[in-house]
Amino acid sequence: MNLLQFVHAFFGDGSHWHGYDGIPTRVLEHVRYSLEALALAAAIGLPVGLVTGHYGRGGNALALLATAGRALPTFGLLVLVVTWLGFGLGPVMIPLVVLAVPPILVTTYEAVRSVDPAPVDAARGMGMPEPRILFQVELPVALTLILGGLRSAAVQIVSTATIAAYVGLGGLGRYIIDGLYQRNYEKVVGGATLVAALALATLAVFWAVARLTVSPGVRRGT
Amino acid sequence: MIRIDSVTKRYPDGTVAVDRLSLDIEDGSITVLVGPSGCGKTTTLRMINRMVEPSEGTILLDGADIRQQPVNTLRRSMGYVIQNAGLFQHRTIVDNIATVPRLLGWGKDRARARARELMERVGLDASLAKRYPYQLSGGQQQRVGVARALAADPPVLLMDEPFSAVDPVVRKGLQDELLRIQAELGKTIVFVTHDIDEAVKLGTMVAVLRTGGHLAQYAPPAELLSDPADAFVEDFLGSDRGIRRLSFFPSGALELQTAPVVALDADAGTIAARGSTSGAPYLLVADLDGRPLGWGDPKDLTAGEIEPGRLLSHGRPFVHGKDSLRAALDAAVLSPTGWAVGVDGTGRVVGVVSQQAVGEAIRSAHALDRGGEDARAVR
Repeated sequence: MNLLQFVHAFFGDGSHWHGYDGIPTRVLEHVRYSLEALALAAAIGLPVGLVTGHYGRGGNALALLATAGRALPTFGLLVLVVTWLGFGLGPVMIPLVVLAVPPILVTTYEAVRSVDPAPVDAARGMGMPEPRILFQVELPVALTLILGGLRSAAVQIVSTATIAAYVGLGGLGRYIIDGLYQRNYEKVVGGATLVAALALATLAVFWAVARLTVSPGVRRGT
Repeated sequence: MIRIDSVTKRYPDGTVAVDRLSLDIEDGSITVLVGPSGCGKTTTLRMINRMVEPSEGTILLDGADIRQQPVNTLRRSMGYVIQNAGLFQHRTIVDNIATVPRLLGWGKDRARARARELMERVGLDASLAKRYPYQLSGGQQQRVGVARALAADPPVLLMDEPFSAVDPVVRKGLQDELLRIQAELGKTIVFVTHDIDEAVKLGTMVAVLRTGGHLAQYAPPAELLSDPADAFVEDFLGSDRGIRRLSFFPSGALELQTAPVVALDADAGTIAARGSTSGAPYLLVADLDGRPLGWGDPKDLTAGEIEPGRLLSHGRPFVHGKDSLRAALDAAVLSPTGWAVGVDGTGRVVGVVSQQAVGEAIRSAHALDRGGEDARAVR
């Protein structure tokens, strides 16, 4: 059997579309884990990145933190956390957040830093308070880059959230792990295909969000 | 009035940007701070809206220390224009201009209506309102910058090299526009530039600063050109300050001759008589409306058969009484005959004047000026 036949067999089997192990359920679980991890990572990365970027301080510490975060192997961290805290959704979130914070944090910091200083100077000189300068002058211009950071974090989370299955949770990793264990390659390929499709869907969502939120003055008609 | 009272700015590394500077800036005037890079002109400007805090000394606005009011209240009462305009690229032109009114709590519609009013005042077409800054030329962006600074009708306008990034033709247009706006609105403008010509053109008063933040001279531009305080100022003014100073003398004192001017339909007798008696080697031929056509040698001019295309160019005429002596001298120097053509506001010939006569007028104007009579600025 070749790859396409595996895919065809997996998606063509009606029983794969129902029940607690059905595709809709697993996709929803996967999306839920991903969204939760992304929300947590953004809640940490965005404010820190925005504030440090605005004041232009702490760049070195951030870079160090980010490098450390990226160097941690996600799977190793998962095993460590589970050993320490036991099974559950919390222990799965930690490695995913650690994975996602660096791209969000570093990109946000760099995005705010790279905003043309002239409008910021003009805004300050006109008597605009600092928070408004950050949110109404710097953020709208930095938004394209910031969304880029969130997008790569989101794609990494979607691809990595399969590890939830290792600790007995659901998500699309279920198909891959169970399939491997049962030597059911149709299931493995189906699961992997779904993960890839979800990653692509994530890209599409971010593209749409950028179209809706970035000002045409910044996009310059591209 | 803005009083800068022995203000010093010293940075932590020991650099002194401004050194015990004192200046009184009169209401309704354009005060230009000019000097080479590193003379502290921008620092001085930025101390007025507290973008930079002085190390020593005080700045008083209408008698009150500027530190007495909250910093953002102070800044909103002063328009701020910077080089390259510094527009918000994500906002439309109308919303850029509405920034300060919005900060002051105006409603969106009222702020936008005000912004549209200002677009007209600075010479921007209303069709640009919904555009974004990147869709405008450099000169238009700078006009938006000026409109944005004027939006909340602040009494004071701070301008930091606002026109230095645009080409000379556009710059001249912006300068003329600023003078017009100033004449209409009577703002107190503090203007920073490194261009002495711009300083002389725009300034009611010009403060020349030298490297290290020392005030070298503070004077009206005409006085700066006639009596530079020291070698530094003289050097900074450049080699042709004598010529530039002529901008401050009106051309109305020139006595124009009408004898060397003949109409296109002049008869042979008139041409011969004017040619021999006027003292001018050439005759200026004017069309039947009185507009100059060009110079001709009286011997070559045949009554009724004058061909305008074969005449010598009359060069660029000066407007008698409105242009300065500098324009008259320039017209005479550039004329192939050495005679300048003076016209009235509608372009009709008033008379002609020789280089020698312009030279005499310059000498007597200088003599009068030294006699204590104020030179009236003619721009």
